[in-house]
Amino acid sequence: MAGEHGRVDTTAVSAEQVEVRRGHVQALAGVSLAVPAGSVTGLFGPSGSGKSTLMRSLAGVQAGVKGRLTVLGRPAGDGTLRREVGYMTQAPSVYEDLTVAENMRYFARLHDAQEGDLLQRVDLAGQAHQLVRDLSGGQRARVSLAAALIGRPRLLLLDEPTVGLDPLLRRDLWLLFRELAGEGATLVVSSHVLDEARHCDELVLLREGRLVAQLTPAELVSRTGTEDMDEAFVRLIEERS
Amino acid sequence: MRGSAARTVATAGRVLGQLRHDPRTIALMMAVPCVLETLLRLVYSHHLIAFDHAGAPLLAIFPLTAVFLVTSIALLRERTSGTLERLLTTPLGRLELLLGYALAFGALAAVQALLASALTLGPLGLDVAGSDVLVIVLAVSVALLGMGMGLLASAFARSEFQVVQFLPATILPQLLLCGLLLERSQMPSALHFVSDLLPMSYAVDGMHHLTREASATGALWGDIAIVLAFAAAALLAGAATLRRRTA
Repeated sequence: MAGEHGRVDTTAVSAEQVEVRRGHVQALAGVSLAVPAGSVTGLFGPSGSGKSTLMRSLAGVQAGVKGRLTVLGRPAGDGTLRREVGYMTQAPSVYEDLTVAENMRYFARLHDAQEGDLLQRVDLAGQAHQLVRDLSGGQRARVSLAAALIGRPRLLLLDEPTVGLDPLLRRDLWLLFRELAGEGATLVVSSHVLDEARHCDELVLLREGRLVAQLTPAELVSRTGTEDMDEAFVRLIEERS
Repeated sequence: MRGSAARTVATAGRVLGQLRHDPRTIALMMAVPCVLETLLRLVYSHHLIAFDHAGAPLLAIFPLTAVFLVTSIALLRERTSGTLERLLTTPLGRLELLLGYALAFGALAAVQALLASALTLGPLGLDVAGSDVLVIVLAVSVALLGMGMGLLASAFARSEFQVVQFLPATILPQLLLCGLLLERSQMPSALHFVSDLLPMSYAVDGMHHLTREASATGALWGDIAIVLAFAAAALLAGAATLRRRTA
């Protein structure tokens, strides 16, 4: 599968001219991209750029998706994908009135899978018997992440998994994402913190529902001539307009 | 246990687990019917026949309101917190989800009915000619109806403020027309006709049959069947509102 930080020849996700309209807003306007299998692909862009809509479309929960969206060789939302795709929504979607362990047990039983050491991997083993409502925002997000990892999905769609976390935890989570890719999973991770782009194999940059660019971090640096990711993003946009 | 049954049972266990962490709600669900039946008995201290007439239908109305409320709030939370969206991306089917809820709330309603009817038929001395077991069967059927109505209400509400307003909007009119205040046959014909279209009328008719007739008649089974048919219709309509893809 994937070599570290390298291109691979198989595609886990491909989008061709994907359009989504939400009310009066054109959330995605003709986005085309390809996510290499086994990669950590980062979906970057400011809030409102269409990252979550793209994630929701890939997960098969977005209504009104036009264009062609292929996930693991099948149309996005195909029933058979529900065993192979793990989806972490932007807001922590776990049960607040259950303990961490009870949440994990429930989602494991839905997947007919074992939860294994997932709580250790997201550094929540010590909180297993606490109610989710008593956890901090960052801890809740990690419960939600752990629940998405159940059943060893081949594709992980993680919508802003690192938002609001302290830098040490953010680094640990990116290490975990790298580990998961090493175990053969493909990860699509969204973030609005451009600084996190350097942890990714591939970058997909979105702005106002349009694809700004898809490239590797190294290509971004060489094309824009700056190591500062925020500045690189600005230069890319200016280059296009 | 694997597959569909396992996911359904897991969901029922999860729903009951959520309530287990909320003992006050469970205590209220169990105690309030008992307190109200006791109060009714005291109100009718000198009119025990009237207590027989009103006490039994109330046993069917408690599970309707209680299960309506917990279902509508629980499903509204599933919709607004994102857990429903997540569930629908897992192998859990919509029918499995609803059956899981039905198992959990049906069991809860059975316990509630057991406690309330044990008190009402025992110490409070309500005179029911028919079988006590059928009182529970009817109460559980009504609970499933309450669940279906709560599920539908959750689809039309955006906040918990709104969803609780569906209780007086949908249940109080039925309470006025169900035959508790006045026999339905004595109502103006237009209202009698309307009451024929409302599920609670059949729940109360069923309780009246149970109070008056020693053996389970066809009329009683008919009432139970109609309540269950309304419940199934509401659940199916509610299932259609659990969209996998949303805007």
